[in-house]
Amino acid sequence: MSEILVKTRDLSKVFAKGKEKVEVLRGLDLDIEQGDFVALMGPSGSGKTTLLNLIGGLDKPTQGSIDVGGQRIDQLRSSQLSKWRARHVGFVFQFYNLLPVLTAQRNVELPLLLSKMSRSERRRRAATALEIVGLSDRAKHYPRELSGGQEQRVAIARAIVSDPTLLLADEPTGDLDRETADEILDLLQILNTEHGKTILMVTHDPQAASHARHTLHMDKGSLAKAA
Amino acid sequence: MTFLHLVRKNLGRKKVRTLFTALSIVVAFILFGLLGALNQGFSGSVSLAGVDRLVTIHKVSLIQLLPIAYGARISNLEGVEAVSHYTWFGGYFQDPRQQVFSTPTDPDTFREVYAEFEIDPDQFQAWQNNRVGMLAGKSLADTFGWQVGDRIPIGSTIWPTSDGSYGWEFVLEAVYDDGDPANTNEQQFFFHYEYFNETRQFGKDLIGWYTVKISDPENAEAMAAAIDALFANSPTETKTTTEKGFAQGFVDQVGDIGAIVRYILLAVFFTMLLVTANTMAQSVRERTNELAVLKTLGFSDTRILVMVLSESTLLSVVAGVLGLMLAYVAVGGFAASVSQFLPGLALTNATLVLGLVLTVVLGLITGIAPALSAMRLNVVQALARR
Repeated sequence: MSEILVKTRDLSKVFAKGKEKVEVLRGLDLDIEQGDFVALMGPSGSGKTTLLNLIGGLDKPTQGSIDVGGQRIDQLRSSQLSKWRARHVGFVFQFYNLLPVLTAQRNVELPLLLSKMSRSERRRRAATALEIVGLSDRAKHYPRELSGGQEQRVAIARAIVSDPTLLLADEPTGDLDRETADEILDLLQILNTEHGKTILMVTHDPQAASHARHTLHMDKGSLAKAA
Repeated sequence: MTFLHLVRKNLGRKKVRTLFTALSIVVAFILFGLLGALNQGFSGSVSLAGVDRLVTIHKVSLIQLLPIAYGARISNLEGVEAVSHYTWFGGYFQDPRQQVFSTPTDPDTFREVYAEFEIDPDQFQAWQNNRVGMLAGKSLADTFGWQVGDRIPIGSTIWPTSDGSYGWEFVLEAVYDDGDPANTNEQQFFFHYEYFNETRQFGKDLIGWYTVKISDPENAEAMAAAIDALFANSPTETKTTTEKGFAQGFVDQVGDIGAIVRYILLAVFFTMLLVTANTMAQSVRERTNELAVLKTLGFSDTRILVMVLSESTLLSVVAGVLGLMLAYVAVGGFAASVSQFLPGLALTNATLVLGLVLTVVLGLITGIAPALSAMRLNVVQALARR
């Protein structure tokens, strides 16, 4: 049995909406093994993205613990979380979120600006990441010069450039046509199988979820069943 | 890619807006440079004035004249090293609009009081020996192309000669030069009081003011009081002040130039602050999502704060330095054409350094509010807005 990479216990998140309190996650226990590819499905408002944000250290739980790679990230301060994210997590968004003023190569280099790597090492790493996603020939292109699928590939290259343990993808194919979506999902699969990345992917799309090893269903802030 | 590259790219996001903001900063700093030079031009004579020299004028005003006999009485006071005298001549060369500061004096006492003026001894002697001789600043001589030995016609707006004409003629016998025209008033000339007194139609044996060189600058106040006490309760009472105070009095006739310059600059920089701060605030508002992404990638709150502050400071410093450079060039051009009226007009190192400091301060102040808002940005909320 593989080692557990992500472990949440009794995880709750309550948002205040005016005077009203909305409980988005309710005492959630979750284990994700190292090297797993998990799809997280569920209706809108079921708490999928909130769970993703908590595991990625973007938000803090109201209650409960989050352990990633042996580190209690719910106990880290904001500045420590920034450093932790830079080193251990790669994010892939639905709308790619590339910086329009930077070329593909430089967008990929962005996370490495936070490291102490030399410029040439940063360039080399970014080139490698672009090669993995199959976009070496688009390195000098700006996001506006790329298709949606290419932009998402660049975003994936940016997510893996610092070689994180965990990849968190929030609807990575939600803005793409079927064919391109499949290419992106194939790429995520390769990253999982060949590069050993642990992936947690939020999706509404059952076909996208079929690329994962496991699918978890959420409903009203709790895990419904495991498939 | 470096952090600076990212900052630079962010500034180039809306090129036209950045360009116009930069241009307004450039204009503000050109104005800063020009006004600073103007202030220097007006106050230059004040800083030049020696602290070991007092100026005695009529108690009522500088326009009222003093008896020539006062000089001897002042000289007799203990602590007085030398006394020279001057009279406002209202001189001009060729055209009444081309005013030249000029005054009659006694060459011997003049030399004792203004020992720092570098004059060729032979030329000085020639000036002493020629009663219609003139001693001119090198810069003034250069301006009008005067050569030693030239006969120079000078008009006076105040003093007619005995034949009723306002035209005078002098021979340039000597030129003084201290090698630094920016810091010395070389835009003036001196001539013999004796010749002036004999030739003028009225006001015989009267002079404009005395300049008194004293042995102990620390004792200046007491010396001034002692001089004024000599003539107290006489029909012609005096008012003695330091040369610096006298020069400041001249400047104050125009107005408090320093205060005027400060108020104008305050208004300019306040406007600039609003323009640049608005640009930065807009720029940050437009990329809320991108800032959230940077935070997601691991950019800390502090790093985001520094990034936005760097953007505003880079914009302000680059545009400000360009403005200062243009002001420097412009002042260089103006200085030559107004050297008769404002010989000290110059963009000094102190003004340039102050300008540089201001570019940084402007950048930091205009960037602080948007930088703080970017720093406090909630990543989850910002990403959810899309």
